[in-house]
Amino acid sequence: MTAPWEKDPILRVRHLTMRFGGLVAIDNLSFDVGRNDITALIGPNGAGKTTVFNCLTGFYKPTEGMIRMTHADGNEFLLERLDDHVIARQARVARTFQNIRLFGGMTVLENLMVAQHNPLVHASRFAIAGLFGLAGFKRAEREAVERSKHWLEKIDLVDRADDPAADLPYGAQRRLEIARAMCMQPVILCLDEPAAGLNPRESDQLNTLLLDIRKEEQIAILLIEHDMSVVMEISDHIAVLDYGIKISDGTPDFVRSDPHVIAAYLGVEDEEVA
Amino acid sequence: MAQSETSLSARLPSALKDAAIAAFISLALFAFIVGIRTVDDPGKLLLEPRPWLLAGFVGAVFFGRLFLNLFFWSGAHTSEALTSALAPVGQIFERISPWLTPALVVFAITLPFLPFTDRYILDVAIMVMTYIMLGWGLNVVVGLAGLLDLGYVAFYAVGAYSYALVATHFGLSFWVALPLAGLLAALWGIILGFPVLRLRGDYLAIVTLAFGEIIRIVLINWYSLTNGPDGISRIPRPTFFGLELTRRGEPSFHEFFGIPYSPLNRIIFLFYIILVLALITNFVTNRLRRLPLGRAWEALREDEIACRSLGINTRNTKLSAFAIGAMFGGFAGSFFATRQGFISPESFTFIESAIILAIVVLGGMGSQIGVVVASIVMIGGFELFRELEHYRMLMFGLAMVLIMIWRPRGLITSREPSVFLKEKKAVSGELVQEGKG
Repeated sequence: MTAPWEKDPILRVRHLTMRFGGLVAIDNLSFDVGRNDITALIGPNGAGKTTVFNCLTGFYKPTEGMIRMTHADGNEFLLERLDDHVIARQARVARTFQNIRLFGGMTVLENLMVAQHNPLVHASRFAIAGLFGLAGFKRAEREAVERSKHWLEKIDLVDRADDPAADLPYGAQRRLEIARAMCMQPVILCLDEPAAGLNPRESDQLNTLLLDIRKEEQIAILLIEHDMSVVMEISDHIAVLDYGIKISDGTPDFVRSDPHVIAAYLGVEDEEVA
Repeated sequence: MAQSETSLSARLPSALKDAAIAAFISLALFAFIVGIRTVDDPGKLLLEPRPWLLAGFVGAVFFGRLFLNLFFWSGAHTSEALTSALAPVGQIFERISPWLTPALVVFAITLPFLPFTDRYILDVAIMVMTYIMLGWGLNVVVGLAGLLDLGYVAFYAVGAYSYALVATHFGLSFWVALPLAGLLAALWGIILGFPVLRLRGDYLAIVTLAFGEIIRIVLINWYSLTNGPDGISRIPRPTFFGLELTRRGEPSFHEFFGIPYSPLNRIIFLFYIILVLALITNFVTNRLRRLPLGRAWEALREDEIACRSLGINTRNTKLSAFAIGAMFGGFAGSFFATRQGFISPESFTFIESAIILAIVVLGGMGSQIGVVVASIVMIGGFELFRELEHYRMLMFGLAMVLIMIWRPRGLITSREPSVFLKEKKAVSGELVQEGKG
């Protein structure tokens, strides 16, 4: 029986291996990400989850393996061959970071405008039309501000649009990073521990936001998470990593009852599992 | 009273130790500066040792330091006291800065016609304006993109030599050669940019420093092209729509307008040229800041990795900052050449790069008005203390140290956002990153 996410996956990861010298961070990893699914990548600390993200987004070049992305219009991208900014721009992969990477000295709105850099640069004809304030660029800029405003409303930060991003409380910075990624109009959103450091109420809001993004934007979400309440509640599909190896892959219910996963998380002796 | 005496005796060992360290450092410094004097004997150079004078200097440091340690310094940091004492001055400065810009522009436009203006003041003003323009150009690279460039003078030199060579060999006028010089400097900015893009921080600074020196050394040694250390002379002066600003020009400015000839006319004309060039630099930079390109520069300074994750081509973005900064340097360089009428590699030493960078840092990285104030203070101050001769370098160093203690992020620290939704609020300098190259 094939799982639903294997029918028309947006992302096919095959035999992905990443070595750093003698250290094997990811070992022969294969999994699929469904086109409109929320897929979670979980595992204990040091399991190689963030390394997978860095390979997907071009920050690392994988030692071996293939990452094939298929857009809804049939365009295909081999992510392991592309530069990071090309992956973001053409393959439309957006990501957030485990330790928040906002532009702290720029305002909230500016952060969202930077995310729309490529369409705006194109509209400004590489700054030349922009320099003379031509109409085409002004229209594009207005649209960009509108899109930013739309996302600020979603994350409930309209009132703080003109404050520096570094001044926001931690939870708001997390939300802003998601909004910034969404301003790129991605087809897949990769979130690296979005609920880390959030209180239960904020964590709940995050769930609502992610479910809303999936419904409204019809995109795939891939997330790394430690917070099981987030993972179990919103994921359609979970892959579990331990020491760079995939130990389980399936629906939340399947993963929850998988003895390998329980062993990896609770640290049960190997013979007890076998 | 008894209490203070016990604390005095308790403090004595540490005070003695501190004074001894200070005395040792001063011994190492003064041994060569004061301890030995060179005497010019016919035919050879004699060294005359002066041990007693040296002992006097070191002794003065030792006892002075001991005295200060025991009776004045009770452990509180003097730098903190200085910072808090000078804080109100900084606040006033931030408050008047919005009014400063129009006031300064009006002042600059009317300067040549003010009653106290003479040749000397105009010459200083031209020099200050040149440094303002260079500071604004470098501000694109250092202040906005956060790339530390210690070799900015290279582009200044490329601009100056481009104009000088094109004008003397092909007879192109200043106005034709000016854009050419800017383009050539921008090209060199890109040529420098390519190899150094992978470097960050200190490494980038060292390579740009080396690039500045390479350009200067090439200028000295490529005798057939640049005339080496002899420099290029008889560089043509700029003309006012073809009118020459000389006594016997064909056609000449004063005859055309029917005004009496004055050598000041040419100086005033030069002043307005550099004023317009500088204002263009400012306008373009301010415009670029509000465009996606400029916003990407600032984002690059804040966090390069986040930029890459947002699809920004960091290589091209850095190159564009280098090229545009270099272009303004090239414009300023060709103005320098036409003003001096003579250029040689000596005008493009590292100290020029250091002064321009100091102006940017002192003014507050990324702040346009800060650059203006810093140029006026530094270049004007340099002129003001001309009688002090080589001690003015010492004064300059002292002033830099004091200002860096007082305002470590420069005179204007706040950042103006490039776009806003409801109201424009300045971003505190504390939050703004300085860039890691």
